[in-house]
Amino acid sequence: MATSNYTTIVKDGLWDNNGVFSMLLGMCPAMAMTTSATNGFGMGLATAVVMAASSLLVAVFRNWITQEVRIPVFILIVAAMVTLVDLAMNAWMHELYKVLGLFIPLIVSNCLPLARLEAFAAKQSALPSFLDGLFMGLGFTIALTAIGAVREITGNGTLFADASLLLGPAFKAIEMRLLPADMGVLMMILPPGGFLVTGLLVVVKRMIDLRAGKEIQMGGAHSVA
Amino acid sequence: MGGWHAFCELLAIMRKTFIHGVILGSFCLGFGLVLAVTDQLTVDDIAARSLEDRTNSLSQVIPDNMHDNNIVTDTLTMKNAHDKEITVYRARQAGKVTGVAYEVFGTGYAGEMRLMLGIDAKGTLLGVRVLAHKETPGLGDKIEVKKGDWILRFTGLSLGDPPAERWKVKKDGGEFDQFAGATITPRGVVKAIHGGLDYFAENKATLTEAH
Repeated sequence: MATSNYTTIVKDGLWDNNGVFSMLLGMCPAMAMTTSATNGFGMGLATAVVMAASSLLVAVFRNWITQEVRIPVFILIVAAMVTLVDLAMNAWMHELYKVLGLFIPLIVSNCLPLARLEAFAAKQSALPSFLDGLFMGLGFTIALTAIGAVREITGNGTLFADASLLLGPAFKAIEMRLLPADMGVLMMILPPGGFLVTGLLVVVKRMIDLRAGKEIQMGGAHSVA
Repeated sequence: MGGWHAFCELLAIMRKTFIHGVILGSFCLGFGLVLAVTDQLTVDDIAARSLEDRTNSLSQVIPDNMHDNNIVTDTLTMKNAHDKEITVYRARQAGKVTGVAYEVFGTGYAGEMRLMLGIDAKGTLLGVRVLAHKETPGLGDKIEVKKGDWILRFTGLSLGDPPAERWKVKKDGGEFDQFAGATITPRGVVKAIHGGLDYFAENKATLTEAH
């Protein structure tokens, strides 16, 4: 079980126990939403907000949630947070909603938030749980942006295309074309590219960990009680 | 006495189940209330945003200087060639209909594509925009105006210009470019636009009459 040591929480979420590359959770959005780095980034951020909010709520209510009904209550909380974010963004951050809106309902189908509620928030107090949700979400964002970036560069020759639509005109500068348009391998943007790149990046992460002499943390054993 | 014991056990189980039901029920009620309140708080803003969106997309297919009315609210409900209900938005200048806009549906590589056509009173295209599609990113999505200006090509065309047999992509012997690696998407769009113009010709009287 993870400790409530804050540095560990941050490191676990961002790298050591990364939701996608170590726990292999949230594979559905990790492959479906990463046709570009911008898409991956957007999906990741929306997920991080929902994860931080639902982890906080579960930690606050953890003494009232009995073992027998915890799963439906967790799902209820995640779904409620997703709907809240969806409504609020649609009403008050409409420009962002037009870009991200498509992704938000899909967060419900991601098992990473649920896994963190079960493994962490249900047993820890509010602040560590909030941080765990937030940093697991940010780690998810990093993973999705990385997968998206590799697929976008190899498939389309661009990096962060349309980032200004998501983040505002100031980010026009990070939109890059690295390869001529006709050099892209279309397959990388289609579903097979998602599997290939995700698998490849899992290997890369494990190689880095091995080289650093770290013990490899294997997926489910850690998160599913 | 065994019966009494079993009865007590049953009561205990029922009591436990009842408590779990109450817990789950209260969470549902609580979050249901939170969502209801949020819905109430946001419903007006969301409706306003959606109206703004529609005004924006309509002003892309009908130039603002062609009308003095509010197109979004000046609507007519009609049935299209496939018996589907569509909303027709009408542009008027001093009461006279100067143009109409309505949705047409095409079939692309990955399912239905929805387009908005703007047509003036004489049947000339004022503009076409893709509202929704599921085409392959990087291939078929060049029909979107923000990904390329292919769709702008249709402005100014009409049923007879180009002639009917040229209302096709180049691969099929027509006028319009297909994309490298994607023919089905542009073919579907061209067909949908042509169908939309046909519909205008057939229903011109109903579409443009002033009420």
